[in-house]
Amino acid sequence: MRNSIKRFVEKISESILFLSSTVTTLSVLLIVIFLFKEGLGIFNKDPIEEGQMVVINKNNPIRKVVSADIKNIFDQNITNWKQVGGKDDSIILFRMDDIGNYFTEEQLGDTFQFVPQCLAKLVDSIPGIIAYIPSKYFNKDFPARELPMEKITVGSFIKGKEWFPTAQPAAQLGVYPLLIGTLIVSLGAILIALPLGLATAIFMAEIASERLRKILKPLVELLAGIPSVVYGFFGLVVIVPFIQQVFHLPVGETAFAGSVVLGIMALPTIITISEDALRTTPRAMKEASLALGANKWQTIHRVIVPYASSGITAAAILGIGRAIGETMAVLMVTGNAAVIPHTWLEPVRTIPATIAAELGEAPHGGLHFKALFALACILFIITMAINLFVAYISSKNKMSKR
Amino acid sequence: MSNSKNTGRIKHLKQQFAFGIFRLFSLMVVAILFFILAFIIVRGAKVISWNFLTGMPEEGMTKGGIFPAIVGTFLLVIGSLLFTFPVGVLSAIYTNEYMKDSWYKRFIKLMTNNLAGIPSIVFGLFGMSLFVNTLGFGDSIIAGSLTLGLLTLPVVIRTTEEALKSIDNSFREGSYALGATKLQTIRKVVLPMAFPNIITGLILSVGRVSGETAPILFTVAAYFLPKLPHSIFDQVMALPYHLYVISTSGTNVEESRPMAYGTALVLIAIVLLVNILANALRRYFSKKVKMN
Repeated sequence: MRNSIKRFVEKISESILFLSSTVTTLSVLLIVIFLFKEGLGIFNKDPIEEGQMVVINKNNPIRKVVSADIKNIFDQNITNWKQVGGKDDSIILFRMDDIGNYFTEEQLGDTFQFVPQCLAKLVDSIPGIIAYIPSKYFNKDFPARELPMEKITVGSFIKGKEWFPTAQPAAQLGVYPLLIGTLIVSLGAILIALPLGLATAIFMAEIASERLRKILKPLVELLAGIPSVVYGFFGLVVIVPFIQQVFHLPVGETAFAGSVVLGIMALPTIITISEDALRTTPRAMKEASLALGANKWQTIHRVIVPYASSGITAAAILGIGRAIGETMAVLMVTGNAAVIPHTWLEPVRTIPATIAAELGEAPHGGLHFKALFALACILFIITMAINLFVAYISSKNKMSKR
Repeated sequence: MSNSKNTGRIKHLKQQFAFGIFRLFSLMVVAILFFILAFIIVRGAKVISWNFLTGMPEEGMTKGGIFPAIVGTFLLVIGSLLFTFPVGVLSAIYTNEYMKDSWYKRFIKLMTNNLAGIPSIVFGLFGMSLFVNTLGFGDSIIAGSLTLGLLTLPVVIRTTEEALKSIDNSFREGSYALGATKLQTIRKVVLPMAFPNIITGLILSVGRVSGETAPILFTVAAYFLPKLPHSIFDQVMALPYHLYVISTSGTNVEESRPMAYGTALVLIAIVLLVNILANALRRYFSKKVKMN
């Protein structure tokens, strides 16, 4: 009897342990499901808010228009249908706010009950009109044609040169500038962090005394422990004004400022991982090199560093991964201009910063909201690829060194 | 003869030069750390007072204190650890003590690593869509705690695994030889020995949780809420988000600068405390183990 209870308890606790071990896998799965469910929602959709539509006169022969052109039309950068492949006729813009210019209050009715009829009359009577109206007014009797638009595709999302998700009527969802911004900041960070971090790692692994190493190690951990928002704040009050003064810029919030802050933040990752890699060098190899008459430095750069090179690569790649995903510090120091940067000394906006800055204002479930989830999907894919790549390097490493 | 002496000297000079650079760079890294710490401590120390730590924010967050943010962060730390600590430790026990080396074990390891690599803002989005919206918790302490908990789960799992691995197998075998079951061995032998290192991991994740901003942006953090929460479904202010708000988008960024320095100092103090405590524990217990 007692034995069977004992066995039962063992079984129960084993299943609890098993369930706990699946939590991480489940979380990753759930993250994938929730991100991609929302994020993929933007594709194959018209780039306008749900419940709204863009209509034109029935006799307007225009074919498909890309969303960038629609924005240009409503910004009055394009004023003739000829410019977007239609016939030679000037474009007349119409938004719902303009309705008072065409009709009196009396005509619209005191509860606006005549608005649909008025709209119909208007669109029918002006051949060059382009009207942005709620789609509830559009039924099969409505004497107008919906403007055919290019749908949002994966290609247009990645390659699009403009990020302007709140543009009315056509949102501009181009990730390209954000992607470039993210890459330029992260690569800059790694250029700063790699020499410093690698040198420190070599110093700690090979040169420093055991006592000095015991002091340095916790300091590096401390560097890793400082919250990113504190780094961002430090960047904002020290690095940004410094860069502004040194380079005589109108604003100091630049890609370079982001790189410096992220570079500091990537240091602990690079130092710890490459130090670990350097320490795996077998003692026999080091001693063989020394016995051949090489001095310590020659041993380090001809034997130890080459031996640890894959670990060092992993450190650099993980450092880049950290930098790509970092949100708060970058948000605070890079100036957040969603334009394609040409130099390091221009404001940029990274993908995580965009999500953090815009999600609060994006209406829940709308196109903008989903587009931000699509950004998170891109971020997820990039970091996942980096992790898998690093896992691959280190597993290959283990195999070959066995 | 003189030639080889010369190459020897050049060799030596090269080494001196290279080591000099390594020393310099390491010194720079340490200098950066101390500069950041000193800068924030010096500027922040002027602001810290009893009133600052226990008062409510006033006048558009340019005066008063940060008490609600301290309480909020404290609650988030407790909440997330209540979730992470049991799950993480149990998970590590299962993978380390029960599983044989199989593809499934490697898969779980890979997933834990992947979870650790996911950017914190992605956790924020996920937490918002799962806890806030799908499960209907709203912006609340529980949603924020669970999001932060998931974020720190890999940290707890890894440190626990390390702790378990460091225990020599002979202890387990000795326990089995005395007729103990696996569960008894884990409870009476393995866990007590691994305990100090597990606690160290736990303490380090306190530091991590209290500093994260991106995951709480959309799951719990309130911009300005000068009162304390009543239930786990309330919103709270939190230190890192408070620092972000008053240093970038507060009503008056320049005038709230002193408040920002003070908040940054409190955050730094938490991190310092956590690290010192973790290191002290590690040292204390490693001595004890050696004595045995």
